Amino acid sequence: MKKLATLAGILAISTAPAWAQTELSLWYHGAGNPTEGEILGTVISDFNASQSDWMVKLEQFPQGAYNDTIVAAAVAGNLPDIIDVDGPNMPNWAWAGYLAPLQLSEGTLDGFLPGTIGTWKDQVYSVGLWDAAVAMFARKSVLEENGIRIPTLDQPWTGDEFNAALETLKATGEFEFPLDLSMDDRGEWYPYAFSPFLQSFGGDIMDRTTYTTAEGALNGDAAIAWGEWWQSLFTNQYAPGTSQTAADHATGFIDGRYALQWNGVWNALPALEAFGDDLLFLPAPDFGNGPKIGAASWQFGVSATSQHQDGASAFIEFATQDKYVAAFSNGLGLIPATASAAELTENYKPGGPLAVFYDLSKAQGTLRPATPGYVVAALEFIKLAADIANGADVADTLDAATDAIDADIQRNNNYGF
Amino acid sequence: MKLTPTKSLQNHPLAGWSLAGPAIFLITLFLIVPFILAFTLSFTNQRLISPNPTEFVGMRNFEQLLGVGTLVLQPETDEAGALVRDATGELSYPRVRDYTRNNADYPQLDGKREWLSWNWGDAKVYVLASDVVFMKALGNTFLFVLFVAPIQAGLALLLAVLINQKLKGINIFRAIYFMPVVVSIVVVSLLWRFIYSGQSGLLNNMLGFLSFGAFKPVDWLGNPATALWSILAMSVWQGVGFHMVIWLSGLQTIPASLYEAADIEGATTWQKFRYVTWPGLRNTAVLILIVITMQAFSLFSQIDVMTGGGPVDSTQTMVFQAVERGYGQQNIAGGSAISVILFLIVLTISMAQRYLTRERNR
Repeated sequence: MKKLATLAGILAISTAPAWAQTELSLWYHGAGNPTEGEILGTVISDFNASQSDWMVKLEQFPQGAYNDTIVAAAVAGNLPDIIDVDGPNMPNWAWAGYLAPLQLSEGTLDGFLPGTIGTWKDQVYSVGLWDAAVAMFARKSVLEENGIRIPTLDQPWTGDEFNAALETLKATGEFEFPLDLSMDDRGEWYPYAFSPFLQSFGGDIMDRTTYTTAEGALNGDAAIAWGEWWQSLFTNQYAPGTSQTAADHATGFIDGRYALQWNGVWNALPALEAFGDDLLFLPAPDFGNGPKIGAASWQFGVSATSQHQDGASAFIEFATQDKYVAAFSNGLGLIPATASAAELTENYKPGGPLAVFYDLSKAQGTLRPATPGYVVAALEFIKLAADIANGADVADTLDAATDAIDADIQRNNNYGF
Repeated sequence: MKLTPTKSLQNHPLAGWSLAGPAIFLITLFLIVPFILAFTLSFTNQRLISPNPTEFVGMRNFEQLLGVGTLVLQPETDEAGALVRDATGELSYPRVRDYTRNNADYPQLDGKREWLSWNWGDAKVYVLASDVVFMKALGNTFLFVLFVAPIQAGLALLLAVLINQKLKGINIFRAIYFMPVVVSIVVVSLLWRFIYSGQSGLLNNMLGFLSFGAFKPVDWLGNPATALWSILAMSVWQGVGFHMVIWLSGLQTIPASLYEAADIEGATTWQKFRYVTWPGLRNTAVLILIVITMQAFSLFSQIDVMTGGGPVDSTQTMVFQAVERGYGQQNIAGGSAISVILFLIVLTISMAQRYLTRERNR
């Protein structure tokens, strides 16, 4: 008996610091990317050392399984205190009651890029330390050799110019495909990277004036024009289709098998390493309604079921410091959320090799529809983009997706709109 | 010495229940409760997570899934009443979507889409469905079962007969044929994705090599015409070992004396198989057929890993759609409705199989 008491005493002393700090769990989507985990680990250990109330513990999941994990945890009532959420999913999670509004002190988000602040019904639910952008990766030497005009932010390629460039590059016979769209990544990449093309044609995933229907936006004439162009990319063998492998996507452009690559800023560093000054990040083509790219990336939020929402918010506020924003940007190549952090980074300081993305994001960044219905609409978009690429009838496929999105909105009483 | 049985405990009325208790509890929790839940939820508009209250909607989910209609379209004619033909001599028809979208004259077709179509004289007959994806999943699943059940059972029997011999090293062959069964289907599917790869897959390379380059590479999983068959071939390969072992156990219950008697009678190998082996395998055959049918109906992992239902719905299956809707689209009610339909189909088929293969009175 006495022994036990001593043992308990020793245990109590040795774990005393942990008892003083309340544990907060944090789930993150970056498993498989050691750099990401390392930087986040630094933020967490700095935060844990900086105060004595809270102790954040990190758990990582692979990105492909992350959203399912959160949904399953929410159903089971097991959400962590701090959640990492992809920007366009935030309204759904807030509406469904997974997320609570953040409790940040005044001025925390001053100077943050608009795409990094997740707002739903006039309340901030999530904040990102970075934004992401997409650009057309290209090599200056290849474009010049083939007499293709190098587009600028002010004068992007028109749709016709872009198609002609693809034809020219294909005719050289030097490339397996003139364009790589990363069709292997059948997830959020599709709406993030491809729905801006649709918007540039004048269509959209849903009608943003009401958010209660996709009729007309997703199956109108503009959308059909987009669909036919989209299909032509694959029937003309301009781009590898849905059976492309992830490995081909990862190495194809760098190995010179693809001439152009529609790719995210998070993949910019390896390409930059391979091509240096020869590498160009070109703006999206303008198909009539302005050049557009997706905005909003992963952000941090607080779960609604957390017992310690104040502590969770405190961690998020701590993480928004410039030095951490800069660290993520340096490690992952992503766009820092504030201009002051950008100055601390290697790639985004004025004149830095990726600074162009900052301008791209500002000039062309377009949010995906901010509605709880986006989650299902995105799945439908993934399906329609894949089906059209695989040769399905354009108008019928768009109709089907429109009906499916409308049916979902109706089933959910218009998602509160 | 005589053991005194603990009579009091054995006769206790609760003894049986307490022994069966854990099993009953687990079966109830993981089989009976989900079964009843799925049945109930299929009549509601339940979402995975939603702030909206759940409501009973009657048969609406089933109507949405199973709704079909027909439409007969006459070819377009010019002002003189002559049929309009395009450059290739094909007749042209009005678009189906003009009839199924916001057309007040055809309210019964609203929101339906083309599922099947064929020519009937000059006219074209369309079968429209409210949920074409589900209908395709239904069709694909039946096609899959229809081919997998006989092919897999037949191949497994062939392999079982081959390895049911007393040869040196026969265990090596048994192990080889059984190996795919032990490997996780997810791993197998991933590996076969490389084998089927359209650009430089093993299969394309091999066929090219064997035909001295005459074979044009096929994108096996990226082509709607080949995707389902590719998955079918892989599934048979993966599952055949398991059923081979069941056949083998059946073969080994047949007394050797029957074969000896047949030898004395001067029976040929085929006669021995036809009149000794096959009748002796009767019960095994019934079991294998039912097991393969049920397994084939639950086709999911291969689809999830290899194609995700694509290209153009050519590999959609019922279970994949149930999961996709219930979980991906968070529409638990819709997913449950598919599960209920699947349950009824499998139940009907199993009962029909049992009836057809019943022990007839001689």
